[in-house]
Amino acid sequence: MTDSLLSLVTFIPTLGAVILAIFLRGSNAAAQRNAKWVALVTTVVTFLVSLFILAEFDPQNTGFQFVEERDWVLGLKYRLGVDGISVLFVMLTTFMMPLVIWASWDVSKRVKEYMIAFLLLETLMLGVFMALDLVLFYLFFEAGLIPMFLIIGIWGGANRIYASFKFFLYTFLGSVLMLVAMVGMYVDAGTTCIAACGEATSLMTHSFASESFDILGIHVVGGMQTLLFLAFFASFAVKMPMWPVHTWLPDAHVQAPTAGSVVLAAILLKMGGYGFLRFSLPMFPIGSDVLTPLILWMSAIAIVYTSLVALVQEDMKKLIAYSSVAHMGYVTMGIFAANQQGIDGAIFQMISHGFISGALFLCVGVIYDRMHTREIDAYGGLVNRMPAYALIFMFFTMANVGLPGTSGFVGEFLTLMGIFQVNTWVAAIATSGVIFSAAYALWLYRRVVMGDLIKESLKTISDMSGRERAIFAPLVVMTLLLGVYPSLVLDIIGPSVEALIQNYELALAEAPSAATAAVQSH
Amino acid sequence: MEKIILFAPLVGALIGGFGWRYIGEKGAQVLTTGLLFLAALLSWIVFLTHDPSMAKHIHILDFINSGDLQTAWSIRLDRLTSIMLVVVTSVSALVHLYSFGYMAHDHAWKEGEHYKARFFAYLSFFTFAMLMLVTSDNLVQMFFGWEGVGVASYLLIGFYYKKPSANAAAIKAFVVNRVGDFGFALGIFGLFMLTGSIEFEAIFDKAPELAETNLHFLWRDWNAANLLAFLLFIGAMGKSAQLLLHTWLPDAMEGPTPVSALIHAATMVTAGVFLVCRMSPLMELAPEATAFITFLGATTAFFAATVGLVQNDIKRVIAYSTCSQLGYMFVAAGVGVYSVAMFHLFTHAFFKAMLFLGAGSVIHGMHHEQDMRNYGALRKKMPLTFWAMMIGTLAITGVGVPLTTIGFAGFLSKDAVIEAAYAGTNGGYAFWMLVIAALFTSFYSWRLMFLTFYGEQRGDKHTHEHAHESPTVMLIPLGVLAIGAVLAGMVWYNVFFGKTEKVAQWFGVPYHAEEHHAEGHDDHGKDGHGKDGHAMAKDGHDDHAKDDHTKDDHAMAKDDHSKDGHSKDAKPHYVLAGKPGEGAIYAGVNNDVLNEAHYVPKWVKISPFIAMLTGFIVALWFYIWNPSMPARVAAANRPLYLFLLNKWYFDEIYDAIFVKPAQALGRFLWKRGDGTVIDGFLNGVAMGIVPFFTRLAGKAQSGYIFTYAFAMVVGIVVLITWMTLSGGAH
Repeated sequence: MTDSLLSLVTFIPTLGAVILAIFLRGSNAAAQRNAKWVALVTTVVTFLVSLFILAEFDPQNTGFQFVEERDWVLGLKYRLGVDGISVLFVMLTTFMMPLVIWASWDVSKRVKEYMIAFLLLETLMLGVFMALDLVLFYLFFEAGLIPMFLIIGIWGGANRIYASFKFFLYTFLGSVLMLVAMVGMYVDAGTTCIAACGEATSLMTHSFASESFDILGIHVVGGMQTLLFLAFFASFAVKMPMWPVHTWLPDAHVQAPTAGSVVLAAILLKMGGYGFLRFSLPMFPIGSDVLTPLILWMSAIAIVYTSLVALVQEDMKKLIAYSSVAHMGYVTMGIFAANQQGIDGAIFQMISHGFISGALFLCVGVIYDRMHTREIDAYGGLVNRMPAYALIFMFFTMANVGLPGTSGFVGEFLTLMGIFQVNTWVAAIATSGVIFSAAYALWLYRRVVMGDLIKESLKTISDMSGRERAIFAPLVVMTLLLGVYPSLVLDIIGPSVEALIQNYELALAEAPSAATAAVQSH
Repeated sequence: MEKIILFAPLVGALIGGFGWRYIGEKGAQVLTTGLLFLAALLSWIVFLTHDPSMAKHIHILDFINSGDLQTAWSIRLDRLTSIMLVVVTSVSALVHLYSFGYMAHDHAWKEGEHYKARFFAYLSFFTFAMLMLVTSDNLVQMFFGWEGVGVASYLLIGFYYKKPSANAAAIKAFVVNRVGDFGFALGIFGLFMLTGSIEFEAIFDKAPELAETNLHFLWRDWNAANLLAFLLFIGAMGKSAQLLLHTWLPDAMEGPTPVSALIHAATMVTAGVFLVCRMSPLMELAPEATAFITFLGATTAFFAATVGLVQNDIKRVIAYSTCSQLGYMFVAAGVGVYSVAMFHLFTHAFFKAMLFLGAGSVIHGMHHEQDMRNYGALRKKMPLTFWAMMIGTLAITGVGVPLTTIGFAGFLSKDAVIEAAYAGTNGGYAFWMLVIAALFTSFYSWRLMFLTFYGEQRGDKHTHEHAHESPTVMLIPLGVLAIGAVLAGMVWYNVFFGKTEKVAQWFGVPYHAEEHHAEGHDDHGKDGHGKDGHAMAKDGHDDHAKDDHTKDDHAMAKDDHSKDGHSKDAKPHYVLAGKPGEGAIYAGVNNDVLNEAHYVPKWVKISPFIAMLTGFIVALWFYIWNPSMPARVAAANRPLYLFLLNKWYFDEIYDAIFVKPAQALGRFLWKRGDGTVIDGFLNGVAMGIVPFFTRLAGKAQSGYIFTYAFAMVVGIVVLITWMTLSGGAH
């Protein structure tokens, strides 16, 4: 079974989607219920099967595991595999999807299509984290956005057209550049195999040209690598999103339905960070090194800038979206600190942010379902009628501000610890983010939950249902578990990260001319 | 046993907080309180029986492991820990008990609203976090406790969540503490970077290296020890409400009074002092940082005492008093006498918790009236509370017999701090600030007593008629704490501030007899207790204390001292001689302030007593003999009065330079940065490109998606074509 375990996990959701598309007829209540159940069962089965990956995964092996290679169309290869860096993103995806589906239980508009969109989305997201071939990766990476467009565009809020347009525009620009870069990579390396290609060279082992040259009168330090890096960077930075290409995210979140926001925040944003780790650092080490200062400063600015902006938001989802951008700032900062703590922390932060921001968007969803507004001022004093909600929201608010004992702390702490060894200015600025995050998160909580319940419209609001509580339970457990015993994650990613860093440093050391140039540019 | 102490409160918090529907509110109260008393009992056993000479390490669970960074959930048991254990669990247990009465019929809640279980669960959770902090064996777990108590504090300050002012105070407390945590975190990162560890043992071992290392931080190189000690101290400033980061503490009085007693007087706010003492091996090698600590502590002691003079809310007076007393502790730590800092922390916990609980008893009896202008003549109505408060006041103002060790707890510990300040700064700024603060302390404490218990009944008649003594369950904790406030100083004087060898044994620090250099001796002139004279015998370094009790040393010491003309010095004179990390506290090679503090001039020793007396008499004059006096003084010095009443305008200044600009900047970045610049640019681009595509694809909504899919397909086709065409080449 391990031969094609990854394919199995990837395509079970597609199977579910196909079943829905072919066999489910009608749009009455029974059909809607069936659609939901099919989707839920499919995602749960996917999760259960994916547990085999985790169980069989050997963290000490820093290479790719469960590798599959098949011939595909047009002489292309279909290659999947996971290593310590990607395996937990796979798990995060399969873990979150059943919760997302269950959280959509009250959807009533075009339920069948809605579920199909989410199931296809799951397949595509899983594919991104497993693909070991450039073309395959590109396919999953870009195609994954199509269901997301549909989700926002069809099931979104009033201003969904503008939001999906903005989302589209940003990602489109990014992917055009990435495509060009992929062609360039193929030209240079002569293969599209990312890793684990048997005897043949892979993109990971290939050294891309790094001699500096002049183009259009600009001196490009690090040459080809820098250009390739920049092209990928354009795409990944948008996905993260990094400042200043982040403005699509708040709009997309605001307009997306709750489940869409959860997927967006919990999983889709991680593709950017994953991309940096899979492509940028290992394949273009010199380009990375040249541009590291830029990225570190962009991250530091992102953290402070978006935290300040979050402070004055009037829409709950926007506030949490800006908070997400700030938290992704820690991720990029940690990755390009390029040391064990930094990268361990960045991966941990991504996993943890998946649970926490997912939960926060669900929290917004709970009251949005009741009151149909995200306006912060429309609430106040909810604790009086919704004690369970107040408790859960408090918990994730604290996790979001990085309270030790929750998973939010570990990632933030490690990335900051990593960056401190590299650049104390960036470290100090980024650390100041802990002050701002406390301010905006608690301010939000106070205005929504605390106080006396005065507003007439809220007098009859009901506390969370059993289903809602059950959705939060696994998220609470994971947030606490990883906060108290982070080794569960760190033990899995540690060896692969260590190998990544070794190769990175080796590559820098082996390219003396460019490396010294890079050092000078620091 | 240590694990039981640590986890009993957590178990109580979890069961009480989540399971009260099953065991009832009463059950939750009894359970949490019972577990706390258990923890307190065990803590006292540990305190009285553990061997201080070796720190005990108990591993519980791995925590963050990443590369070189290895951290664990673990317990470190040494003297500092055991002192904190008894302080935290004892006060916490008593506060739990007290809360049975205080929270019995809270007017903030309507009939049928449940709040007691939540309150007790929060208290227990706080205790757990505080214990995690003090038992920590590394900085990361300490940071967990540090922020954990911050959250508990946030929850308890905001306990009356319907009150906007309580919510605001809660957020303020958390955010201001985060400013401190910002420094603390940077300090941890720096220590890890230079020592490769965040374990105390490893950091202490490398502390001497740090003193000789430079660390490039921000714009320049700094001496690593000084810089890191300073960054850690910023954390301490936040938690212990020292000047600049003190603004949250007075506002924190929005919480129920038992909370003020436990968190904002006896335990959490002393965490900063604990941190500085815990990091003594680093602090001792960071002279500039400790000079700053001394300066800031002294200034805070003075500042807070001035504000305390004019406040009318009974709890705010005590809050500023706490802030001021914490300043005393920092001065003691800053001049290098960590044992005295811990001594004052220890005694202060008893008398300050008692003052708060006493104030709570008054507030309870007066139907939640907190303004002292509406009190008066309450000593008949609440005799037991009155006596308790009286003992607390005698303790905090430092009443005792001058030049002896007989007196209330505060007398011994505060005088010890002041003497240490004199010895440590050669009678400098810190000493004078503390003496003046002692005068003010006496004044505002007696002012509180006179306004509350003496004079005429003021304010609402009805309230006064119904004023009543508190129930027994509230008076018992007062009684227990009163015993502490009377005796804690006298009983433990010797081990905190007695002869050096006693202190050394108590804290488990190696020590040996000093050996005078001939030259060094000449330099000292009369008293012979200057720093140079205490250079250690070279060969005595590694020997443990007991080995040094040789007759030779005795003889030598005797010879040396006989020349000094100090007849009482004819006994051997010991100095602390541990290496960094040996024993619970560390004194640097030239640090003999502990000993010197005993030989300060007589007038220095008497000065706090005189200050106390002066404050008392002025208060007597202002509030008993001539009650119209305060109003006249206030009117005559109106600007000064307003300056003090408004707490030196710190809140207003912070609002103007931090809060408002942050919001304005946030709004600017949002509307202009994100709106005009980024989206504006984007829209400009979009207007050019997008209509072309949408026209191509038809309908607007599905247009983007279609375009996108189309572009992607084109892209793949391009890629594949290229590969197919060039495939032959490879």
